[in-house]
Amino acid sequence: MNKESGVVNDVVLEVNYLTKAYGSLEAVRGISFVVRSGEIVGLVGPNGAGKTTTISMILNVLEPTAGSIRILNRDSKIDRVEVMEAVNFAAVYAELPGNMTVRQNLHIFGLLYRVKNIQERIRELIKEFDLERFADTKIGLLSSGERTRVHLAKAMINFPRLLLLDEPTASLDPAAAWVIRNKIRGYADRDSGGVLWTSHNMHEVEAMCDRVLFLSHGKILLEGSPKTLLQENGKKDLEELFISIAREPLLSE
Amino acid sequence: MSVSRIYAVFLRQMLLIRSNWARFSNIFIWVAVDVVLWGFITRYLDTVSRSGFSFVPLLLGAILLWDFLVRVKHGVILAILEDIWSRNFLNYFASPLRVSEYIAGLVLTSAVTSMTGFLGILLIAFVAFGFTIFKLGAALALFLFILFTFGLSFGIAAAAVIFRFGPAAEWIVWPMAALVSPFAGVFYPVATLPLFLQPVAKIIPASYVFEGMREVIFSGTIPYSQFFIGALLALIYLFLSYFIFLRVHQAVIRSGAIIRFSAEDMS
Repeated sequence: MNKESGVVNDVVLEVNYLTKAYGSLEAVRGISFVVRSGEIVGLVGPNGAGKTTTISMILNVLEPTAGSIRILNRDSKIDRVEVMEAVNFAAVYAELPGNMTVRQNLHIFGLLYRVKNIQERIRELIKEFDLERFADTKIGLLSSGERTRVHLAKAMINFPRLLLLDEPTASLDPAAAWVIRNKIRGYADRDSGGVLWTSHNMHEVEAMCDRVLFLSHGKILLEGSPKTLLQENGKKDLEELFISIAREPLLSE
Repeated sequence: MSVSRIYAVFLRQMLLIRSNWARFSNIFIWVAVDVVLWGFITRYLDTVSRSGFSFVPLLLGAILLWDFLVRVKHGVILAILEDIWSRNFLNYFASPLRVSEYIAGLVLTSAVTSMTGFLGILLIAFVAFGFTIFKLGAALALFLFILFTFGLSFGIAAAAVIFRFGPAAEWIVWPMAALVSPFAGVFYPVATLPLFLQPVAKIIPASYVFEGMREVIFSGTIPYSQFFIGALLALIYLFLSYFIFLRVHQAVIRSGAIIRFSAEDMS
């Protein structure tokens, strides 16, 4: 237990029976899981499985139909502001405003998250994510790889206890992706942050994640460490496991 | 409410205005065109009327005050559109930002841009036509309060419409003030309207400003009771518009439209 942050039992995110329905279509169907401090949890599944819907509900930008989300042992809807100050995210579909510079964007989000010593924090992040050359360049002029680094810098600005990453390395070359993966691993180990990570790169998931949740048709079909999952299912790697699960229709359907 | 977060919303808008001359000139250019156009029209009317009556304070004063209201409304709309154009809603509302803080940031932005534009056109009106609106005396502060509050309610209601119906709705919200202007008695007394339309003016806060302005010019007296009604109406509309925005925000979060905003899908 981390008394300073108020984390009980080391759990930073607790999702219980979370459901999202659009009329008769259930995008997420009563899923439950936890993310612990210092843990990287992979949320994987085929397109339309409900990964982004789940992340959106955790971010409070989509109201669940049923279920609850607790972050740092607080109800994320009731204590939204306090909870969201300890959360951050980066997603391919959440671009930062391209008509402002890297430094300006970080400053705005630093203010939104009420970061202390904001200028110092911006300098640290610019250095850490190798953004010195682009600090005063408008984000819209950067390459997709450079933008990804800015998105991650923004996601780290408030030292989040819970970091949600929706395909953070999707547009990066292998070398840049390796650097980013190491930074996220370092964040989880050093700062005891919990990470929920979606990716379609199964090699990345296998290398990075302490635990994996296989989501399909809005349900968690498998859960466990990559190594255990492979042993239990008799597959040589996560990609093979992914393909076999993605092809199977749900038993209940 | 967090001052830091309100300042963040405001600062973003100021940085955008500072970074692009087109945004900066937009604060002045259309109101300046209006003042110059109406300044010459009033001069012409002064020449042909031969009655000795000066149209300058009546018409130019009216256009200055009306433009102020429109700029307040546009200040809010432009700020929210900047967030739509750059698809920033998701970043904002997935942060600790409260709706009230977002609206307060837009209000602060609108206050600065509308007052800057207003001071600019006051200068043009004085230099080009020798007109100073300060002749209205203490009543001017009351006029500006009602128009600012009413302009904000217009802007916030318009922002709610855009938030609800998506980017395409911007074409609905631009002319909203123009639709009200014929009933607000901007250039003519409300009594000029047909009898069946005059009650419409009674529910428009701006009509109390323009009726009051004419009374100040003609008789020198300030109709405080009328201003009280106008101010009360403007405050009611402001709270109403904020309530509408809150409800729309809840609906957008429920439907998930905030994630796929450009799809303009609220189903």
